[in-house]
Amino acid sequence: MDNGMTQAPLSVAGLGVEFSDFRAVRDVSFDVRHGESFGLVGESGSGKSTILRAIGGLAPISHGTVRFRGEPVRATRSRAFRRAVQMVFQDPYGSLHPRQTVERQLSEPIRILGLDDRMDRIRQAIEQVGLNASFLYRFPHQLSGGQRQRIAIARALLVQPEILLLDEPTSALDVSVQAEVLNLLMDLRETRGLTYLFVSHDLAVVGAMCERILVMRNGEAVELLTGDQMRSGRVSTDYARQLLRASEGYQPGITRREAG
Amino acid sequence: MTDISTGAFERIRTGLPSSPGEARLAQAWRGWQLLRASPAALTGLAIILALLLVALFAPQLAPETPYGQALDRQLVPPSWDHPFGTDEFGRDVLSRVINGARYTLYIVVLVAVIAAPVGLLVGASSGYLGGWIDTLFMRITDIALAFPRLILALAFVTAFGPGLNNAIIAIALTGWPPYVRIARAEALTMRKSDYIAAVELMGASRLRIILVHVVPLCLPSLFVRMTLDMAGVILIAAGLGFLGLGAQPPAAEWGVMLSNGKEYLLSGWWVATFPGLAIFFVCMGFNLLGDGLRDILDPRHEA
Repeated sequence: MDNGMTQAPLSVAGLGVEFSDFRAVRDVSFDVRHGESFGLVGESGSGKSTILRAIGGLAPISHGTVRFRGEPVRATRSRAFRRAVQMVFQDPYGSLHPRQTVERQLSEPIRILGLDDRMDRIRQAIEQVGLNASFLYRFPHQLSGGQRQRIAIARALLVQPEILLLDEPTSALDVSVQAEVLNLLMDLRETRGLTYLFVSHDLAVVGAMCERILVMRNGEAVELLTGDQMRSGRVSTDYARQLLRASEGYQPGITRREAG
Repeated sequence: MTDISTGAFERIRTGLPSSPGEARLAQAWRGWQLLRASPAALTGLAIILALLLVALFAPQLAPETPYGQALDRQLVPPSWDHPFGTDEFGRDVLSRVINGARYTLYIVVLVAVIAAPVGLLVGASSGYLGGWIDTLFMRITDIALAFPRLILALAFVTAFGPGLNNAIIAIALTGWPPYVRIARAEALTMRKSDYIAAVELMGASRLRIILVHVVPLCLPSLFVRMTLDMAGVILIAAGLGFLGLGAQPPAAEWGVMLSNGKEYLLSGWWVATFPGLAIFFVCMGFNLLGDGLRDILDPRHEA
């Protein structure tokens, strides 16, 4: 455990991801420190989600290394990695199996990893995300988007991971529900000492959630910022500035001036 | 006690169950509600249920044994004593039609049990795994699909020798390719989905993903296709029986009866007509039910 405290639980060095002839991620390096919330931000297609998927083993690592507790991960992730690293997906409508009850979906990680006390763990997990046992035997189509995302978070928490890979966990939700889910994530991080790798295109969300933020563009890292810098707008690259301005909403003339 | 059961019923009816069993019942209840709304599907269901009951209680329902010959009453037209008349050996046609339901059910069930699981597993693995496995399986399937079904069944039966069981094996052997196609198409749509990615991330084995996560989603469309196929299976079985390559006389199989009856079509129309009608109704029943099930089980119906 000391080991995990001193060295970065997750570090990425020179990561490149290629799909046949398309380079989605190019030479990206960063460390995620123990207990921090590290943000990846950029427009769609900037490769931020692909980095998460590469870390989780869902996309190929073409170049560079991903280290988990200092050890490079192998193509088949270790059992320790599976237990320690879990992912929450962007679309809560697509991340739950449409024909399995909530209870069945939450059982799956327990069965796969061969853990005991199945029902206790499930009850605990579902209460942690602010739902109750009455949701257990419903199907996803009987739940709202926010409820689905809570179930997806509960599923990720079931195996008591240290690191959560959050792939735009609120972008598919209504604004009011977004705030609820973000608050839930902040609370969970505090109470369970989780480490987050948080991907979003929403600078406000990332600014509020993360201590350090990596700005990405076209598969490359542009600038590493602290949350303070992001919130106060003290950025050094043009692209980050442009992104910040774009997040303030549509203002006529900006793009034209920027282009000229 | 009544409270508990009405409570459970209420939970099932409203779709808010409190146990895995209730969740399944709630699904079934929803399906029944949808099925009830479609008169055509209900008619189909009624015909198939009638087939099941007739096959199950054939000895009790049939007024006579289907094989009792009585040469003193050959080709008696339909009457109160023999509602469907008698055939060239004086056998009661009604009794034979009722017993024929058993053959039909036997054929349908065996073909489904042999062909569907093979098609399902091959198709689901092919679609989910992709790569060279997919290529290999699909080329084999393409080759099998290139043969006309009845002709291939004829060839098999000729090779194995005529008989009911060989006819069933032949129909099953020629019946799996469409199921492969369907299961593969379903598996392809979910292969890159996040709910599969989620279980991959948990470290589930490929076998587990295919059996536990992919196969259940292939089942509805497979089930619909199977029901619709059953009409074709019955027709092919009857056709093989008619050609003398399936069930053999004196078996009271509808195709065999048709084949015998064709000799007497002018002097005794009832000998061939009633087994023909039985084939017609059962095929129609499977088609109507299949159409209804397609409306109910299609996963795209629920958001």
